[in-house]
This record gives sequence, structure tokens and C-alpha cells, in this order.
Amino acid sequence: MKYVDEFRDPAKAKALISQINGLKEKLGIKDGAMPIQLMEFCGGHTHTIFRYGIEPMLPDWVEMIHGPGCPVCVLPMGRVDNCVELAERPEVIFTTFGDAMRVPGSKKSLLQAKADGADVRMTYSPMDALELAKRNPMREVIFFGLGFETTMPSTALTVIQAKNQGIKNFSLFCNHITTVPTIKAVLDSPDMRIDGFLAPGHVSMVVGERPFDFIADVYHKPIVITGFEPLDILQSIWMVLSQLAEKRCTVENQYARIVPPNGNPAALNAMAKVFELREFFEWRGLGSIDHSGVKMREEYQDFDAEVKFAVPLLKIADPKSCQCGEVVKGVLRPWECKIFGGACTPETPMGALMVSSEGACAAYYSFGDIPQLLAKREQQIKINIKDKSA
Amino acid sequence: MCLGIPGQIIEIIDEKLMQAKVDVAGIKRPVNIECIVDEQHPPQKCIGDWVLVHVGFAMSRIDADEAQRTLDLLQELEEYQEEVEAIKSSQKELET
Ligand code: SF4
Repeated sequence: MKYVDEFRDPAKAKALISQINGLKEKLGIKDGAMPIQLMEFCGGHTHTIFRYGIEPMLPDWVEMIHGPGCPVCVLPMGRVDNCVELAERPEVIFTTFGDAMRVPGSKKSLLQAKADGADVRMTYSPMDALELAKRNPMREVIFFGLGFETTMPSTALTVIQAKNQGIKNFSLFCNHITTVPTIKAVLDSPDMRIDGFLAPGHVSMVVGERPFDFIADVYHKPIVITGFEPLDILQSIWMVLSQLAEKRCTVENQYARIVPPNGNPAALNAMAKVFELREFFEWRGLGSIDHSGVKMREEYQDFDAEVKFAVPLLKIADPKSCQCGEVVKGVLRPWECKIFGGACTPETPMGALMVSSEGACAAYYSFGDIPQLLAKREQQIKINIKDKSA
Repeated sequence: MCLGIPGQIIEIIDEKLMQAKVDVAGIKRPVNIECIVDEQHPPQKCIGDWVLVHVGFAMSRIDADEAQRTLDLLQELEEYQEEVEAIKSSQKELET
């Protein structure tokens, strides 16, 4: 496929790997030292890294940390419960992106609600949900809006069209989240030791390069805006490591074929028109983060499912055994979580990172060597016990 | 949901609603083009454009020159790599 296949060429991947290896000396890496940790923030990148086996190609002195940028994974349980309650109203057709169907709530997922008779429908686009509203004037169609700035413009534009066309039986249940406060929360967490970042390419396509300046200016970490094909990821890893080797830190754009420096003005306009920041938003595994979510402005209240159906804000704690928070911050590797592969699997996810194929735990589970990983975990536990008793 | 897919705009369906028909990997479907049009690039000029489609919205025109620049750089790396390999293997030949 055009603009895809060219970025999957194995010979070029090999050349990039050799460039990366060539940086070892310049970076002053000693054998056996702690590896350099790079975080890919976005779940889409996590997916590519696992799908194309990028981790095993990298030298052992580079470690990828899989960040919290999978909107499905960080959706808190209370919000899923809200969705299920909305979907179970008899007048409602509840529409959602397919990715959100299996996220566990405290009682059930949307998929289970559908099996129990709720009218839940998967739609590819919020526009399809609006179309459904037009065709079913006697029903209330709710679209479950989630995602970072990548999907935010599409729901904003859909709501604007609903208002312009006077479609009264359509509303948005807004659970959109914002990227910058979340990266900041990761950077501010005391146990974090990440050396550089791959920035989400499709968020950047909307917001541009400048919102990431603070990572270089304030936190002095290199950051590269990255595309989603294997060569994009490898090239960006090389670019971040080159910055580290040259003791520089700036925002660089590897994905210039898609990301204009100033983002997308029309998309930003639509978002600003419909949405405003929330004081805070709850995240699964990360707790509450200030200004990390948006809600709909008063002018669009008639299309706000939260107002229309008086949705209560539920706060439901994650199960105690979940260690998603530590995994998301890079403190624990997915397979180091106590219930990975045991109580928590893609069939019966306990934590959110096991739900979507973009979640780090699900990725390890589907692409990793499970017995080997679990043996490694046992080994570590033994060493820890020894350390403590010594 | 967050991964877009490249597609090519083949016709404008409704200029007022900013709807175009886009060929996405062989599937033709209506896509909203509001985010990629402006005064310099009105809907009619979009026909033939390659765009990145996210959840039914064209979110970015794919910049063919930039794509080529990235590929050229990767090509150079690959050639450079071949050169290095050639030097290495000929050295090995000399040593044996
Ligand atoms: S294994 Fe399950 S509970 Fe543990 S971190 Fe992963 S998703 Fe969370």
C-alpha cells in the first residue's frame, strides 16, 4: 500500500540497527550498566514495536518503556460503568469504537451488556453514529467519545454538524483525554528514570510540535515525533539516541510527511469550539491528573450525554492486585506484575493494559514467550527475597 | 482507533457537508474533509490527494516530498551499510 510498504523494508531496518549500535561508544555505555530507557508514549507505537518484533532487534543497552498512551487502557472503571448504564436505557442506541467493547467495568463490559440485550453498536466513525441518529428519530443515539487529540477533532466536528443540522436525538459521552498533562505526570513521578521519548505522531499531527517543547526545555529530555511504521520507530530511536550522544535535547520531527510544525488549525479550532478542560480526570492506574481531560462547553450542552442523562461521576478503585500504574510509568515491566498471565490474561483482563492490543501487557502476552517471562519473574522474586534476608 | 490509514480522494460528494469519497485500501467510503481544506486548497482541488484517514475524517494531507526525503535518508543509510559490510568482509578475506 502506498506510503506504508516503503516504511517496512527489512534492509533499511538493518541499516538503522547498525547506526544505533554504532552509537554505543559515543554514549559511553559500559557493559552491564543500566540500559538507556526510552518511552514510547503512544499505544499505536507499542503495537508496532511488538507486531514487528522491534525490541529483540535492539541492543541490550536500549530498553523500551511502554507509556500510558492507549486511551482504551487508561479508561477508569467508573466510566465504563457509566457507559453500561447509559447503554441499558431502553430508548438508547449506544455507539462506540470497537476497541472499547471489552474494557471491564466493575460489573460488566459493553460487550457483556450487549449480550444481555442492550443496544450497543460498534461504529467506525462518529459520523456513522450521527447517521444512525438521523435514521432512528425515535431513539436516543449516544456516541462514546474517547481518545487523545487524535480523535477529538472528529467528535467535535460531528457535534458541530449535529447542531447545525438540528439533530436532537444525538449526544456525545465525552471521555477525551489530553496528552501533555499526562506526559508531565509521568515525568513528575518520583520513581521515573526515562532518558528520552518518542512522541505520539497522530496527536502531533493535530497539536503540532510546540506543545512538547517543555520536555526538552524544562525536563531536558530529547523527544522525537514518530510515525507508526517499523522504520519510523527505528529511525526515531536512532534520533533520540543521537541527541543523547551529542548531549542535546530538542523536539525533532521524524514524521514530517504527516505532522506539520503547527499542527492542524481547522482541527484545533473545532476542538476549542466544542471542548474545554476539566479540572481533573481519573485515569486507570495513574489516579487523578489535573487538566488531563476535556468536557463539552455549555453552548453544546444539548449534545452532552453527561448533562442530558445526568450521568453521575463514579469513582471505583482498580482491583488491589493490579499493578498497571507501575507498568505504565516504566517502574515494572508488564510480566513483572504479580498476576500477569495468571489471573490477568486477554480473555479475563483484570487491568486495562491487558484489554486492547495496544496495551503493553496484552502485547507481551500475545507476542512474548510466556513460560520464559514467568520463569524470569520467579527468578527475580527469589533474588529479591535473598537480598532482603541478607 | 488511533492508527490512521492512507487513502486517496476520488470525488467530492457534498461540498456543504465537506464530504468526499475516499478510496481506503480498496474500500470506497465517505470521509469528512473539513480538516484538510482551506482557502488555498478548496474541496475541488482535493481530488487525487493522498490523505491520512482517522475514524472517517481526513486528518492530514500526506506530504509526498517529506515522505521522499525520509525514504532518501533511509536509502543512504542502507547504501552506507552495504559499503561498511563490503569493507568488513574484504578485510576478513585478507586476514584468512
Ligand atoms: S498484568 Fe494485568 S493487572 Fe498486571 S499490570 Fe498488566 S494489565 Fe495490569
